[in-house]
Amino acid sequence: MAESHGEAKGQAAGAHTEAEGGHHGGAFPPFDSSNYASQLVSLAIAFVALYLIVSRIALPRVGGTIDARQNKIEGDLAEAQKLKDESDAALKAYETELANARANAQAIGNETREKLNAASEAERKALEEKLAAKLADAEKQIATTRTNAMSNVRGIAADAAGAIVQQLAGVTPDANAVNSAVDASLKG
Amino acid sequence: MKIDPIHQFNIEPLFTLGHIGNHTIAFTNSSLYMFVAVLLIALLMLASGRDLVPGRLQSVAEISYEFVASTIRSTAGSEGMKFFPLIFSLFMFLCVSNLVGVIPYTFTIASHLIVTAALALLVFFTVLIYGVYKNGLKFFSIFVPHGVPIYILPLVMFIEILSFFLRPVSHSVRLFANMLAGHIALKVFAGFVAMLGFSLGALGWVGGVLPLALTVALYALELLVAFLQAYVFAILTCIYLNDAIHPGH
Repeated sequence: MAESHGEAKGQAAGAHTEAEGGHHGGAFPPFDSSNYASQLVSLAIAFVALYLIVSRIALPRVGGTIDARQNKIEGDLAEAQKLKDESDAALKAYETELANARANAQAIGNETREKLNAASEAERKALEEKLAAKLADAEKQIATTRTNAMSNVRGIAADAAGAIVQQLAGVTPDANAVNSAVDASLKG
Repeated sequence: MKIDPIHQFNIEPLFTLGHIGNHTIAFTNSSLYMFVAVLLIALLMLASGRDLVPGRLQSVAEISYEFVASTIRSTAGSEGMKFFPLIFSLFMFLCVSNLVGVIPYTFTIASHLIVTAALALLVFFTVLIYGVYKNGLKFFSIFVPHGVPIYILPLVMFIEILSFFLRPVSHSVRLFANMLAGHIALKVFAGFVAMLGFSLGALGWVGGVLPLALTVALYALELLVAFLQAYVFAILTCIYLNDAIHPGH
C-alpha cells in the first residue's frame, strides 16, 4: 500500500478523462489507472446486458407470475365470497320458509282445535238437550204413574175401608161416605 | 510466509480484446466476475419456475422482485417504478457480485473505485437528465428549501448545490471503501492464523484460535455488509430519483 493519497485522488479523478495507461507497475490495484479502460468497457457491456435481460425478460416474467398469483388469489377469494353470500342467502331463505311453515302449522292446529272444540261443544249441547227432554218425559211419566197409582190407592183404600167397616160393624157402609172419609184421610 | 492483503484486488488480464486509443482493452478477472454476476442473476430470474406455489429458487427470485419493488414504492412513490429495471439491475448486480466476492479466492468487483464511480455517475446523470426532462427548470428548486429565512438562503443553497454534486462521490466511495476495507481486514486476520502457526509452531497453532474466531465473526459481518451495501446503494438511488420525480419535496 505504498500509495500517496494525492496520487490516488488524481487517478480517480482522471477516470473519465484521457488517463494515461500502462504505468504504475506496483501501484495499489484499485487506484491503478491502467486498468480503468478495461474495467469500464467490461462494466458497460455486462451492465447493459444485465439491464436488457432484466427489463425485457426477467422482470416481466417474474412480475407476471406474481400478478397471476395475485389475480388467482383475488379471484378465488371473490368466488369464495360469492359462494358464502349464496349459502347465506339460502340459509336465510330456509329460515324464512321454516318460520312460515311453523306459523302455518300453528294456524292450522289452532283452527282445527277450535273447530273440534266447537263441534264437540255443539254435540255435547245437543246430547244434554236430548237427555234433558228424556228426563222431563220420564219425570212426567213418573208423575202420571204416581197419580194413577194414587187414584188406585184411593179405590183400594175405599174398598178396604168398606170391607173393614163391614167386618167390624157388620154393616155395609154407604159408598159415598166411605169415599169422602178416604179422601179426607188421604188429604189429611 | 508472506501475507499480502492487497493481492486479492489485483487485476489480471486474461486476454486482450482490442485497443481504444492507447488503452489496451483486456478481458480481466474483474470482467469475468462481472459476467459471472450477470449470469447468476439471469439464471436466478429466468431458470426459476413460474408455479402458483413457488419453490425455493422461484421464492428467491420473487422475494428479490418484491423487495426492490417495495423499496422503490416506499422511497420514490409509484412513479419511481419507471426506474424499476435500473434499480433492480443495480441492486442485484452489486448484491450478487459482493456475495460472490466474499467466497475465498474470488474477486470483488465493487472493491474498485472505478466500477462504483461509474455506477454512481450513471445514477447521477440519470437523476439530472430525467429531472430536467420531466420538470424543466423547476427541477432546480431542490436547491431552494422551503421555509428558510432569506438571509441564510444563499448559504443553504450553496450547501445544497455542493451536496448534490458530491452525491456521486459519497455514493461510490461508501460502497468501494466498505468492500475494500472489509476484505483487507478479513485477509489480515486470516493471515494471522497462518503466520502464528508457521512462526511459533504448536504454540502458534493454539494462539491462532483467537484470530480464527475473529475471522469467522468478520466473515459473518462481511456477508451482512455485502448485502447491506448493495441495499444502501439501491436505496440511495431511489432517494436521488425521488428528487427527480418530485422536486417539490
